[in-house]
Amino acid sequence: MSKNPIGPGTPDPLDFLNIDDELSVDERLLRDTVRQFVGDRILPNVAEWFEEGSIPKELGKEMGALGMLGMHLDGYGCAGMSAVDYGLACLELEAGDSGTRSFVSVQGSLAMFPIWAYGSEEQKQQWLPGMAAGDLLGCFGLTEPDSGSDPGSMRTNARKDGDDWVLNGAKMWITNGSIADVAVVWAQTDEGIRGFVVPTDTSGFSTQDIHHKLSLRASVTSELILEDVRLPADAVLPGVAGLKGPLSCLSEARYGILWGAVGAARACYEAALDYSTSREQFGGPIGGYQLTQRKLVEMMVAVNRGLLVALHIGRKKDAGTLTASQISFGKFDNVRMALEVAREARGILGANGITLEYPVIRHMNNLESVITYEGTNEIHTLILGQAITGINAFS
Amino acid sequence: MKIVVCVKQIPDPASPYQLDPESYFVVRPNDQVLDDTDRYGVEVALQLSDELGEDASVTLLSMSPGGSQQGIRQALAMGADGAILIEDETLRGADALTTSQILAAAATRAEADLLIAGTESTDGYTGVVPQQVAEIMGVPALTFARKVEHVDGKLRIERQTQAGYDVVEGALPAVLSVTSGVVEPRYPTFKGIMQAKSKPVETLTAADLGVTAKVSQKIVSVEEVEGRQAGDIIEDDGEGYLRIIEKLEEVKVV
Ligand SMILES: Cc1cc2nc3c(=O)[nH]c(=O)nc-3n(C[C@H](O)[C@H](O)[C@H](O)COP(=O)(O)OP(=O)(O)OC[C@H]3O[C@@H](n4cnc5c(N)ncnc54)[C@H](O)[C@@H]3O)c2cc1C
Ligand SMILES: Cc1cc2nc3c(=O)[nH]c(=O)nc-3n(C[C@H](O)[C@H](O)[C@H](O)COP(=O)(O)OP(=O)(O)OC[C@H]3O[C@@H](n4cnc5c(N)ncnc54)[C@H](O)[C@@H]3O)c2cc1C
Repeated sequence: MSKNPIGPGTPDPLDFLNIDDELSVDERLLRDTVRQFVGDRILPNVAEWFEEGSIPKELGKEMGALGMLGMHLDGYGCAGMSAVDYGLACLELEAGDSGTRSFVSVQGSLAMFPIWAYGSEEQKQQWLPGMAAGDLLGCFGLTEPDSGSDPGSMRTNARKDGDDWVLNGAKMWITNGSIADVAVVWAQTDEGIRGFVVPTDTSGFSTQDIHHKLSLRASVTSELILEDVRLPADAVLPGVAGLKGPLSCLSEARYGILWGAVGAARACYEAALDYSTSREQFGGPIGGYQLTQRKLVEMMVAVNRGLLVALHIGRKKDAGTLTASQISFGKFDNVRMALEVAREARGILGANGITLEYPVIRHMNNLESVITYEGTNEIHTLILGQAITGINAFS
Repeated sequence: MKIVVCVKQIPDPASPYQLDPESYFVVRPNDQVLDDTDRYGVEVALQLSDELGEDASVTLLSMSPGGSQQGIRQALAMGADGAILIEDETLRGADALTTSQILAAAATRAEADLLIAGTESTDGYTGVVPQQVAEIMGVPALTFARKVEHVDGKLRIERQTQAGYDVVEGALPAVLSVTSGVVEPRYPTFKGIMQAKSKPVETLTAADLGVTAKVSQKIVSVEEVEGRQAGDIIEDDGEGYLRIIEKLEEVKVV
């Protein structure tokens, strides 16, 4: 039994379990830096970006200058930070907006990671330094109009023609598609699914933005169209064949998302806490009523729990003991948690909860994308179900 | 040119301060952060150093309880080359003059050509340290700079005044205090955060500097400030602006 007395005092409502104590000085410094960047650059502008349905491309350069792009990779101009560092950055970015976090996830985990992990030395030299700096943007083309949760059914194909490759097909829902300088496109070949590094100015490659989104509006989502896109032999990623190529990228990105979701949830909880202590009805602050307190407490507990899960998974990743299904645990639970917190917070803000004056409905709508992309909630349930029963329930 | 920048480590202003019930000193947590106002001094130093190239170095100078040194790390991550930390329990409760003696001794020991500080700290805010340090070192004090230039081996500043600004010039070595807003402080980069870990931090005591701390300051009591009075409400009948001008004249703003 511990002899330490239980101390007096009230914990910080915004860090109830003092999870800050579990972070090193450098981790806190990094977290504070990203938080400050988000406060200076994202929060004052994001409601407008959301309304306009855009995100400024220059943001990439600013993030690159800080070291945020491909930050968890090393060499080739990347910052070489830890998994926990990467997670903390995702959390703070998504406390700003899921769109800005998506921007960083796509660049670092989906576009740079496959080049870094499976690319030839020439491919790495050619692309990674510029992508780390934010001078070059990347996108990741896996999903297709008829192939979402089941990417193995993709139709986009690459066939050999002499030494060249010729790609045909279409990719759908591609983040940063039309603003990218380079697309990592996954296609069927005679040797199974292969990844291709496609400069977006290659003839036959075109994009079409997806409009009328009500979610992730501060993010560009496009369709990629590939019509006889002719690429040299060295455009293929030599280091991987089969579905495990794209799936390993998804694992990297999902890892960032399970942290990011905590950021979105935290922002909603903070907005609701702040609102409920200042908004008065029936002669008192609405936070003084039991129904509201119940909601606030549920949110606070959920956010703290989500962060503990993220930090635990992050420490395992840094220790090299993490499995893909443990990432599914985090993506599955933290994103659904964040969505619930956002919806509850939306209600607490009453009518104000439906405007972009407050961050809550923006987060709530964004999270509808976050729960869908990178493996829907159902897909992660099936991954976890298979992991604990040993029975595949996908098909 | 050897540039030394004062950086005060303070308790995170975002969390409520606690006073020690006996000494009335602010309880200093293990993790103290960089005083925001000192980010400007660090930026000015880094810009001067960038301008001067190879010949310049930037060393941080901080007097505070040890702890995690998060504040120093942050300034190192911004790009400073190293730091001097004066950590000494006998300095607890040091008043501004004692602090100035220590900082002056450390700056002299480090052979500083230029010592940069903020105009006033966020937690102590006596606003006298830079001038005192200059006096002790016997060098010019270029204070309240809102713009800093290095011309022909001299420093030329715009000193913020109530009415506008004065242009002041001084030869090096000198002490410079900079206002917030003088420059846009850079973010620490992620690579900077990594590199900061291995930058040299020299830890000294008062004795190392040949200063005997005489802590003569005692806080006898702490009172709450009076709550603010409600303002006057001027109802505009079309001539309201005249009353506002009157008010502004009363408090000598116009
Ligand atoms: C904003 C946004 C950005 C995106 N960015 C990218 C990107 O950059 N690159 C990229 O490649 N893709 C991207 N996507 C695509 C995303 O990954 C897919 O939408 C996702 O994989 C789901 O595919 P789907 O939309 O085709 O849905 P479907 O797979 O058709 O699923 C529809 C529904 O059926 C459920 N379902 C499917 N299979 C099963 C099953 N076996 N059992 C039970 N339920 C099942 C799903 O959970 C879902 O609820 C993005 C999506 C969005 C919304
Ligand atoms: C063990 C220990 C405990 C301390 N506890 C306290 C405390 O409880 N409260 C408190 O306010 N101070 C504390 N100090 C620091 C010291 O006593 C004060 O810095 C000093 O009184 C200066 O007062 P000021 O902040 O009002 O200076 P100001 O004149 O307002 O500061 C002007 C500028 O001088 C520089 N400067 C001032 N102080 C320092 C410093 N210490 N290190 C580097 N640069 C500096 C900064 O650039 C600042 O912007 C402690 C120091 C030690 C070693």
